[in-house]
Amino acid sequence: MEHYQTLEHDVVVIGAGGAGLRAAIEASAMGCSVALVCKSLLGKAHTVMAEGGMAAAMANVDDRDSWKVHFADTMRGGQYLNNWRMAQLHAQEAPARVRELEAWGAVFDRTRDGRILQRNFGGHRYPRLAHVGDRTGLEMIRTLQDHGIHQGIDVFMEMTVVSLLKDGDRVVGALGYDRERGRFRVWKAKAVVLATGGVGKAFRITSNSWEYTGDGHALAYEAGADLLDMEFVQFHPTGMVWPPSVRGILVTEGVRGEGGVLRNKDGRRFMFDDIPDNYRNQTAKDEEEGWRYVCGDKNANRPPELLTRDHVARCINREVKAGRGSPHGGVFLDIAWIKEKIPNSEEHIRKKLPSMYHQFITLANIDITKVPMEVGPTTHYIMGGVRVDGDTQMSTVPGLFAAGEVAAGLHGANRLGGNSLSDLVVFGKRAGEHAAKFAKEHGAGAVNPAQVEDAIRRALAPFDRGDAGENAFAVQSDLQGTMQDLVGIVRTENEMLRALEEIGRLKARAAKVGVSGHREYNPGWHTSIDLHNLLTVSEAITRAAIERKESRGAQFREDYPDKSAECAKFNLVLRKGADGRMQVVREPVRPLPAELQQIIEENK
Amino acid sequence: MAGQHNSTSSGGSSERAPRTFRVWRGDARGGQFHDYTTQVGEGMVVLDAIHQIQAESAPDLACRWNCKAGKCGSCSAEINGTPRLMCMTRMDQLPPDGPVTVEPMRAFPPVRDLVTDVSHNFRAKKSIKKFTPRKPDAPDGTWRMQQADVDRVQEFRKCIECFLCQDVCHVLRDHHKHDEFVGPRLLVYAAALEMHPLDTENRLADLKNRHGIGYCNITKCCTKVCPEHITITDNSIIPLKERVVDEFYDPLTKLFRIFKPGK
Repeated sequence: MEHYQTLEHDVVVIGAGGAGLRAAIEASAMGCSVALVCKSLLGKAHTVMAEGGMAAAMANVDDRDSWKVHFADTMRGGQYLNNWRMAQLHAQEAPARVRELEAWGAVFDRTRDGRILQRNFGGHRYPRLAHVGDRTGLEMIRTLQDHGIHQGIDVFMEMTVVSLLKDGDRVVGALGYDRERGRFRVWKAKAVVLATGGVGKAFRITSNSWEYTGDGHALAYEAGADLLDMEFVQFHPTGMVWPPSVRGILVTEGVRGEGGVLRNKDGRRFMFDDIPDNYRNQTAKDEEEGWRYVCGDKNANRPPELLTRDHVARCINREVKAGRGSPHGGVFLDIAWIKEKIPNSEEHIRKKLPSMYHQFITLANIDITKVPMEVGPTTHYIMGGVRVDGDTQMSTVPGLFAAGEVAAGLHGANRLGGNSLSDLVVFGKRAGEHAAKFAKEHGAGAVNPAQVEDAIRRALAPFDRGDAGENAFAVQSDLQGTMQDLVGIVRTENEMLRALEEIGRLKARAAKVGVSGHREYNPGWHTSIDLHNLLTVSEAITRAAIERKESRGAQFREDYPDKSAECAKFNLVLRKGADGRMQVVREPVRPLPAELQQIIEENK
Repeated sequence: MAGQHNSTSSGGSSERAPRTFRVWRGDARGGQFHDYTTQVGEGMVVLDAIHQIQAESAPDLACRWNCKAGKCGSCSAEINGTPRLMCMTRMDQLPPDGPVTVEPMRAFPPVRDLVTDVSHNFRAKKSIKKFTPRKPDAPDGTWRMQQADVDRVQEFRKCIECFLCQDVCHVLRDHHKHDEFVGPRLLVYAAALEMHPLDTENRLADLKNRHGIGYCNITKCCTKVCPEHITITDNSIIPLKERVVDEFYDPLTKLFRIFKPGK
């Protein structure tokens, strides 16, 4: 049998983006030995790509802001399917997490009086996003990384976890391989934290990197944990559309926060044509009021470009389908126009949006200080994920915790921009803290070698089939096409049923994938392993989306275009049944405590 | 890895033509260049071509990448002999004829194909004393800093840790002083800490003794290859050198020290 090394720690954290790093730092600070396993090099995780900022009601720019307003905004954005406890804790604790980053060396942009500057973002009532130009994610991950390396954490880079190990009901470790040599390793642990991010690579057009293959979602599902809200996939309204090789790369919402406007090919600001009722009171009546908001006029309402992402993405989609799009199938996003309003606009844009300037000038030969960009929706984020307890972040499986994008609950049916970076640190800290507590309260479990050997055998099976097997890249590509075309931004029952059939066929093909060559840094082999995770999350997304027969938040059903009062009463749970098949179960939404309900009413 | 599919997604018509890529393949024991031909279309970057080659003819071709947008600094390589990010090198920026050579960073030990062992950089970073802030300025535990005072540090903190500056630095690349010299990336890191308005630590003795700042003779090759356009030499290394000189070699300071016990 294959040889493998076994390492022992109190807590193993899988994933080293913002949530994983923050969890590892916390567990370590509580005296636990911690292993941090990351799929890439340390500091390269997806957090590095976050641009716009980190939402926290610090009230540095507008003193009317408070955790209560942030809570109400988050619940409104999530269409009230959120785990209200998480929304509450997030709003209350985010400011402390921002200040903590500053204490660890982060250098945020400043207000005139020297405090942390905050910017406008979609769905946030007041300027709330602490930021560093348009590279806030880089600042966050580097700060956590540079702090974390002095905490005695054992970091394992370029290692991928393929299976969680269980002792009875409880998770007691993880099995993975290193990319460099393809050798297997067991991390035995008293508690495991999943911080693996999202699932974007299930779709063809995405802002996500190759790593985003739903690993944590699938690991948790296979270990018997509940997944929640999987139908809610966020399509970010503004991804690049041209040239073809960069299609899907993110264009930060910060462009609109700084005054960027959306226009169709006729030059019309189409966002003014469709303003949802629940946002009407908070939206500018005309272009002039929208600009005053951007300039910080506290009496002005925000421009419709800063409505929630689900809505903006659908409006763009509609313009394109109606033939009013830009030459390459998007719409125009114009920040250059602010030259009519402010002097030195070109310098201002380069200062506030340096990566966007750089990205467009380098990849598309477009100078965004002079001409509009072309943008269109791109798969960006999944609100759904591992079902966790709001306070502890523990999943339905003892000893298994989840934080960040892989966990569900905070964002409900739609996430507000800026609520992700704060999610990572608020709940990363909580997951680390409670994983450490769990580790201290429970001894080490036993690792069953038969489980390990079985998982290794499955991981290596593609080599047995060699070149004769299916090509992993081809199967992945076909899955991405299926999800993009049939379970995308606009959904119907018939198309999604076809998608389920297709996913069934792709599973059969995936079981026959073959890999040639060696185990060292072999991308074909890695893709064959990731493929299993992508298929699991794709099935979960599709089954949940079929079951939710309404349009709410990120889910838009052409066959059920309205919200339904009935569907407002449940979240959808997905779990593996005793027969090995995926079950979809309606879980009643927990009623809000009176005091939180009152906060929502007061902020309507 | 699915990046190769981006290049074939729809979005408008574009002319495609075959192009040869001469890619280094091998490991620590040695290797050689292999030629691969693939179709190249409008707007494509070198990383797209590498992904196409993986999908079409070399599924085991090793290459490190993540964001494909110049933000993570993973896909560093030497393209036609110049250290660059593969994801930000457009085909139309390269000469139109002849093969495009793609090889791993040469200042680091090869792992396989385009992947190198960059662990030196992580070890070197750990040897630099961490950020140590002064006491908070306000009773609520927060600090006050003016934007003008943080601009300088923000330039350094743009670094995406692609290590291209390390790759091009002759002290590391040609003289292999990895054990005595941390390299330009880590000097930028040290500068970001030393010039941080809140930081109270002193790293000058380490810079002189452990981190080998004296090895840098300011050829500015690092600055030229930085994809984030950080003025590495002028803004970080030279000011650090000046501080080290002031601290350890200035005759007046030396004189003062004789009469001033303590530090």
